[in-house]
Amino acid sequence: MSDTGIGASVRRREDVRFITGSGRYTDDINQPGQTYAVFLRSPHARAKISAVDSSAALAVNGVHAVLTGQDMAADGLGDLPCGWLVKQKDGSDMVSAPHPPLAHTVANYVGEPYGIVIAETLAAAREAAELVMTEFDELEPIVDLTGARGADQIHEGVSGNLAYDWELGEKAATEAALAGAAHVTRIDLTNNRLIPNAMEPRAALGVYESATGEHTLYTTSQNPHLERLILSAFVQVAPEHKLRVVAPDVGGGFGSKIFVYAEETAVIWAARKVGRPVKWTADRSESFLADAHGRDHVTHAELGLDADGRFVALKVQTTANLGAYLSTFGSSVPTYLYGTLLAGQYATPNIYVEVAGVYTNTAPVDAYRGAGRPEATYVVERIVETAARELGRDPAELRRLNMIRPDQFPYETPVALVYDTGDYEASLDRALEHVDYAGFPARRAASEAAGRKRGIGFACYIEACGLAPSQLAIQLGAGVGLYESGEIRVNPTGNVTVFTGSHSHGQGHETTFAQVVSDKFGIPFEDVEIVHGDTGRVEFGLGTYGSRSLAVGGSALVSAADKLIAKGRKIAAHMLEADVDAVEFSDGQFLVRDSNQALSFGEVAFAAYVPTNYPTDLEPGFSEKAFYDPENFTYPAGTHIAEVEVDPATGVVTLVNFVAVDDFGHVINPMIVDGQVHGGVAQGAGQALLEHGIYDDFGQLVTGSYMDYCMPRADDVPDFLVDTTVTPCTHNPLGVKGCGEAGAIGSPAAIMNAVTDAVGDNGLSMPATPEKVWRALHG
Amino acid sequence: MYQFNYHRPATLEEATRLFSEADDGFYLSGGQTLIPTLKQRLASPSDLIDLSGIEGMKGIEAGNGVVSIGAFTRHAEVAASGVIRETLPVLSALAGLIGDAQVRNMGTLGGSVANSDPAADYPAAVIGLGATVHTSSRTIAADDYFQDLFETALEPGEILTRIDFPVPDRAAYRKFPNPASRYAVAGVLVADFGGSIRVGVTGAGPCAFRATAMEEALSADLTPAVARAAEVPAGNFNSDLHASAEYRANLVRVMAERAVSDLLAE
Ligand SMILES: Cc1cc2nc3c(=O)[nH]c(=O)nc-3n(C[C@H](O)[C@H](O)[C@H](O)COP(=O)(O)OP(=O)(O)OC[C@H]3O[C@@H](n4cnc5c(N)ncnc54)[C@H](O)[C@@H]3O)c2cc1C
Repeated sequence: MSDTGIGASVRRREDVRFITGSGRYTDDINQPGQTYAVFLRSPHARAKISAVDSSAALAVNGVHAVLTGQDMAADGLGDLPCGWLVKQKDGSDMVSAPHPPLAHTVANYVGEPYGIVIAETLAAAREAAELVMTEFDELEPIVDLTGARGADQIHEGVSGNLAYDWELGEKAATEAALAGAAHVTRIDLTNNRLIPNAMEPRAALGVYESATGEHTLYTTSQNPHLERLILSAFVQVAPEHKLRVVAPDVGGGFGSKIFVYAEETAVIWAARKVGRPVKWTADRSESFLADAHGRDHVTHAELGLDADGRFVALKVQTTANLGAYLSTFGSSVPTYLYGTLLAGQYATPNIYVEVAGVYTNTAPVDAYRGAGRPEATYVVERIVETAARELGRDPAELRRLNMIRPDQFPYETPVALVYDTGDYEASLDRALEHVDYAGFPARRAASEAAGRKRGIGFACYIEACGLAPSQLAIQLGAGVGLYESGEIRVNPTGNVTVFTGSHSHGQGHETTFAQVVSDKFGIPFEDVEIVHGDTGRVEFGLGTYGSRSLAVGGSALVSAADKLIAKGRKIAAHMLEADVDAVEFSDGQFLVRDSNQALSFGEVAFAAYVPTNYPTDLEPGFSEKAFYDPENFTYPAGTHIAEVEVDPATGVVTLVNFVAVDDFGHVINPMIVDGQVHGGVAQGAGQALLEHGIYDDFGQLVTGSYMDYCMPRADDVPDFLVDTTVTPCTHNPLGVKGCGEAGAIGSPAAIMNAVTDAVGDNGLSMPATPEKVWRALHG
Repeated sequence: MYQFNYHRPATLEEATRLFSEADDGFYLSGGQTLIPTLKQRLASPSDLIDLSGIEGMKGIEAGNGVVSIGAFTRHAEVAASGVIRETLPVLSALAGLIGDAQVRNMGTLGGSVANSDPAADYPAAVIGLGATVHTSSRTIAADDYFQDLFETALEPGEILTRIDFPVPDRAAYRKFPNPASRYAVAGVLVADFGGSIRVGVTGAGPCAFRATAMEEALSADLTPAVARAAEVPAGNFNSDLHASAEYRANLVRVMAERAVSDLLAE
């Protein structure tokens, strides 16, 4: 292994610019003549917009325009689409309520934009926005998730506020197996609403060139090509060939920047209308209100076990809060990204899940780090742990008994997935060793002696990553294929520019992908440049989410590299007067087998551009592209173990120990993978202990700032112990599975299992805040 | 932020004059409360009168059983001051628990006590140590100073200039921080003045107050268990997203218990 090749912990080359403040984020980009936008946002959770009077606002010095939802509709712009069509139990389509980018008749959540004010300066735009007089007729807001189905209808034509009633698995068989089970464990769970809080708030800068009709949108996107596709095909802001979307450095997304939002739509449209570039950068209060939120489920689950403790059936009923509108992928998260994962690591033969997707007058809910899989893991791992406690079984051993064994792969679950490979016991065993499971009783006794309670909790999670085999995804309702593109241009001097359709917003692709390509070609790491995030430079792409970048995007690069090597062998064969079949490529050299004749990668590249001695039947140039469509999902899995201490007097939970042993397949850069796990676990600890997006009965977001919404900080988490086991993915060329979300998937369940181990269950819900834990202890 | 006129007077007299001449003047101290309010456009003062240039509001002195601290003293200075660490360590410890490093490097004693946020830390010390508040026109005893939610005895335009803290035999402060903001959900300062115990509580009620029943009980028997069992006036405790009144009452007892343990361990 070279010190920059596959498997090396190469320091992230992008960090130099990030940590020296020389990154180039959307807000850092300025255009001559740029104006500033401020959005008009509904102060009410549900209200008719009866009249918007902008006369006073337009009188403010420097104000160019006040545009409303009415203006946008009059210009013929379409609604924001939901890109995943979920079919209901009865075979009918989900009920997708129209989602205009700017509300024009009714506002359905606090913070929903209904207009945009454009001015010479931000201060003038702010001042003018305050002078817009809007008449609202308030309606009764529907906020409570469990009551929403019986409440007044939010959207015309959506009875019971039900977007869909969806199911997966065999209901009758599952219920019969539950009825015959020796023991049934029942559990009621809430998966708390989370607010993403990427470090960089969303931003957009729209530029229109009247001379050419070209539109350029700089924006904080995880998937600029998808953004362009949706903005042109559905919203019809501009035709695709006249629209360039650039997502430059992006400071974190966690899913919240996958979606196509009102604000970027409005700035690009407004730039054309006012004939000036228009910039908007969210302030943190806007991010809280108007970024898509995550999670927010209420679930009842039942697990049946036979007399030996083998799982015979799992039945899950979930009500999922979708918010006021279906966001870009909002429909898929509590269905195909959730229900399909309910087998977990276990050979449970009967599984049935039904999900009611419900509209409420709250911000739209969509994918957030893990997207459906943390929710699924939370159900499976909480109920398994509870079953172990009810039966007096060791929770690790009950899991082991039920795990799918290595000889059972490929394993088809009752909920539509085929796991390709794994070794779940290997990671369980490693984690038990790392946490010193045998020593836990002594540690618990020591805590007790010091007046504290101690608990240990497990989560043996699985996730489906590498979204996705396109045909399967489309069959399940996806509106687009989910392959990835890659292009490698070898320059005449032998260095390489790589174009990927995936997007890095903190993941470190510029390092990892350069490791893969330099390793593949045997050329220096420094000779490889990674380009991403610009529809004007990268041919196509589907972006980064669902831990897909390396498994899908990296595989596309491998395919492109293989094409180049094949072409290089032909060139080398010609130049060395050898048979193509006799030319091999290794370590950056094209070699004629059983000879000392060789050409370097650079010499071949040069010959391709200066074809003096060159095959007549071969095109010049040394550049190839590939679209890689995966055969299957990848299935990262592992064991997370949390240990907590609780101060019984205050209810404060301290996460004292956290072990994560993950199987991500082959690891390209262990340091980056560790970092992804650290960040994910911190986020999961946030969900389990600290974070909660709360609306009051009027639909006002009461956790709308860091004064009340508690993000995890460095001193909220311990020194993590992370390790990996490896079963290579069987169907992609790198044998990789994806690591971006695992930390956030396993940890909430592990931590809550530990907390309830320490203080008892008593219906304790996430986040396990001090008062809740204190009440669980003291009744 | 809205537009305002900015002034940086060099004397108290000039400052109060600027205030009386302004339509809607605000004093600016460390700005850690005021500036965020302005940025959120929740206040629109006509004039900001910056107190940072007034020499008389600075400086730390100790003597005659009193530590006297200028109102324009930053939290970080109190936390690091050798004089305070030596004579009144409870106060430097308390200051070190406020917010984060950025807040401590800007926020001031006077700004905090003038503002009287129900969750601020200093008020527990002002009450618990029985401090004397000096202003541009008079002196106010701690017990008369805090009146209600964000309400103090300060009159409009009156400037808090210094605070004199009597030095107890021993004292300790315990705070239960709000996990999100790190302000005090409950903070208790217990001070022993020759066997007479004062207990200042912040975070729990609309403003800082003395826990008189607990003071009596502890003056009779200074043990952690007595603090834990003491009665607290939970009837008017705050109840919010982060803590109910009942839980706050528990926290006040637990913080008092721990403060007494710390104090006895000194
Ligand atoms: C993120 C964050 C966390 C914080 N955490 C804590 C915490 O844990 N504990 C805590 O106690 N505090 C906390 N604070 C508040 C901080 O201590 C502030 O500094 C303090 O509340 C106000 O002091 P200041 O000097 O910044 O005053 P300013 O913000 O300048 O002024 C506050 C108010 O007092 C008035 N005022 C200021 N000085 C005087 C004076 N001398 N005379 C009369 N009126 C005056 C001003 O006009 C204004 O109305 C936190 C603040 C932030 C932003």
